[in-house]
Amino acid sequence: MGKQINVSLIGNPNTGKTSVFNQLTGLNQQVGNYPGITVEKKEGICKLPRGLKAHILDLPGTYSLNASSLDENVVIELLLNKNDKDFPDVAVVVSDVENLKRNLLLFTQIKDLEIPTILVINMADRMERKGISLDIEVLEAKLNTKIALVSARKNTGIEELKEMILNYRQISTEPCLHASIMDPEYFGRLRKAFPNQSLYKLWLVITQDVNFANINRHALDSETGFHTKSNSDLKRLQQKETILRYQFINGLLKEGLKVDLNSATDLRIRFDRILTHRVWGYVIFFMILLLIFQAIYNWSSYPMDFIDSTFVSLSEWTKDMMPEGPFTNLISEGIIPGLGGIVIFIPQIAFLFFFISILEESGYMSRVVFLMDRIMRRFGLSGKSVVPLVSGTACAIPAVMAARNIENWKERLITILVVPFTTCSARLPVYLIIIALVIPDQSFLGFNLQGLTLMLLYLLGFGTAIASAWLLNKILKIKSKSYFVIEMPNYKLPMVKNVAINVVEKTKSFVLGAGKIILAISIILWVLASYGPGDTFNNAEEIVTSEYNEDTSESNLEEEIAAHKLKHSYIGIIGRGIEPAVTPLGYDWKIGIAIVSSFAAREVFVGTLATIYSVGSDEEETIKNRMAAEINPVLGGPLFTFASGISLLLFYAFAMQCMSTLAIVKRETNTWKWPILQLVIMSAFAYVVALIAFQVLK
Amino acid sequence: MKLTVAHLQRGQRGIIKEFIADKIPLKLLEMGCLPGNLVELVQTAPFRDPMYLNINGSHLAIRKETALLIEIELI
Repeated sequence: MGKQINVSLIGNPNTGKTSVFNQLTGLNQQVGNYPGITVEKKEGICKLPRGLKAHILDLPGTYSLNASSLDENVVIELLLNKNDKDFPDVAVVVSDVENLKRNLLLFTQIKDLEIPTILVINMADRMERKGISLDIEVLEAKLNTKIALVSARKNTGIEELKEMILNYRQISTEPCLHASIMDPEYFGRLRKAFPNQSLYKLWLVITQDVNFANINRHALDSETGFHTKSNSDLKRLQQKETILRYQFINGLLKEGLKVDLNSATDLRIRFDRILTHRVWGYVIFFMILLLIFQAIYNWSSYPMDFIDSTFVSLSEWTKDMMPEGPFTNLISEGIIPGLGGIVIFIPQIAFLFFFISILEESGYMSRVVFLMDRIMRRFGLSGKSVVPLVSGTACAIPAVMAARNIENWKERLITILVVPFTTCSARLPVYLIIIALVIPDQSFLGFNLQGLTLMLLYLLGFGTAIASAWLLNKILKIKSKSYFVIEMPNYKLPMVKNVAINVVEKTKSFVLGAGKIILAISIILWVLASYGPGDTFNNAEEIVTSEYNEDTSESNLEEEIAAHKLKHSYIGIIGRGIEPAVTPLGYDWKIGIAIVSSFAAREVFVGTLATIYSVGSDEEETIKNRMAAEINPVLGGPLFTFASGISLLLFYAFAMQCMSTLAIVKRETNTWKWPILQLVIMSAFAYVVALIAFQVLK
Repeated sequence: MKLTVAHLQRGQRGIIKEFIADKIPLKLLEMGCLPGNLVELVQTAPFRDPMYLNINGSHLAIRKETALLIEIELI
């Protein structure tokens, strides 16, 4: 087995780069982070002919090598550092046949770094419909490279691409445009000072504000007596570079590309007349949101009921099959209900990711950015904040990261600060179970009341996010100037494979990430709930038995013993300690415990209650039924009433209960100041709102 | 008054004139907004901001404040 070929996949956003990556690697891929920063790193293994393998790195989408965001920095840092273990043996630049001109800008830049570079022209299946014809031979000759005509959608051309990767050594490393034509005198001096380096690489070191492992741009000046230019001169040169590159590309495409406009049909403009319309655009956007939330609620109820009953019987089965003892109890009362509390939400989370990835894949998300920009700006946000806010409905962590695309620092910071208000999938379990308990399952104007409540909660999350953005915009005194530009890509039918991989990957990482925390917490909780200090716990049976007369039936007595034990266990003692703080909100100490453990992660709530309730109980009941049977210790009557339910929903809507989000915010803002402010302000606000809600409604 | 992209009506086209290099973000140039190129206003959001343009086949949306920086000649 020989060495793997290192391949970097580079390209503009919206060129189908990820589709090509998925075709090359299949499910043989993993998603991680670049060390120290939170840019998503996607890599995979591709099997080549003759038993060889290639390691494929899917670099973040970028329009050029002039970086203006962290994501783009990643690309440049890798391409300039020969010592990086991922440094490409061969770069594969993915372009879209319809935007070849713009995509070639990046290609010529990469090519000038003197790395073997293959050009992939993707979406070749659209050529005929668009009246495009290409002269590949001319293009290959002019660009000094190999071109693979690919349709990731139809899975054509991928084998040829693999063959080219295999034979990458035959590709010329000669630049197609020499950087020195920008300013011959300047580059002449640069060449003299550094005779052995690629000129374009030196140019990037001078102009880009990124960290390099072995080249320090300030050292460039002092060590060699070479003097660089002022910043505004450099900027002018960068613009000149762009114009020169486009001139080169225009000349090239005049020979190599023909477009017959008569046979071209552009659905984009026709769709956009409606989808970005100043009235219909908003109506349609709102309908789409409504549809998504109704679907999440209605479609997933079947698999959820199934999972629920499966876990209950699994727990029963373990109890029957394994020898009695603390270990069996730990598994059947602690771990299985705890895990069941998370597995049950897989259907909903998967549906949510499914819709989000369809919105992104189809190109519709850019239209939403366009529609919302002006409105969002009034609140100190950007149209691009819509993407974090919408993906925040899946999870705040990728959402905070998605805020990176916002060029303006103030708009970006505000987005990061308010994103945790949007209803993430971890809140979903809590919402669903509480809604099921306190909102009647009836129809109102043809809509399911429970579904409507859920939608209201989502709107409440967005509303609060936007209101607090407005407030922050008034309070924060940050001056930052920048511009806003977004591509409106052509509409595409989402590819099943891309959507499927996205849903599987995201759901998997959600379940594994949350699963670990839940598993740990349910074990701790089970121990705390199953043991207690002193005689009141250990002699529970005698104490309870002596308190009751002989009329009490045996099962009642058993229940009383279990309740007594729980009350005097460690967790009962802690819970009753915090009870005074949660009683005014309409909760008992068990919910108090669930809230406290939720500060690790919200989705722990249901698992916690499941664990607390199953301890000592033999009945095969679902969590929901157990919760419905709970009695309010102070007021009497059911614990989960409309008032306490709403109070709890509001608490979870507003409180900052997620350690991972806090950690990400710290990384993205580079200070603990913002996450700590989020934690304190959001949680205090949640408490006050929940308090008012319960006191008014009860 | 100088005519800029911000003055275009929907469906109207213009040619981008030479512009003051310092003011225009590099990213815009890279996305195809270059002197001599054809620009068409495709759609505007309410309050004519942002503006959805077709610049020589590149479909972009920019804010009005940026559109005011790009001088054009009507055709």
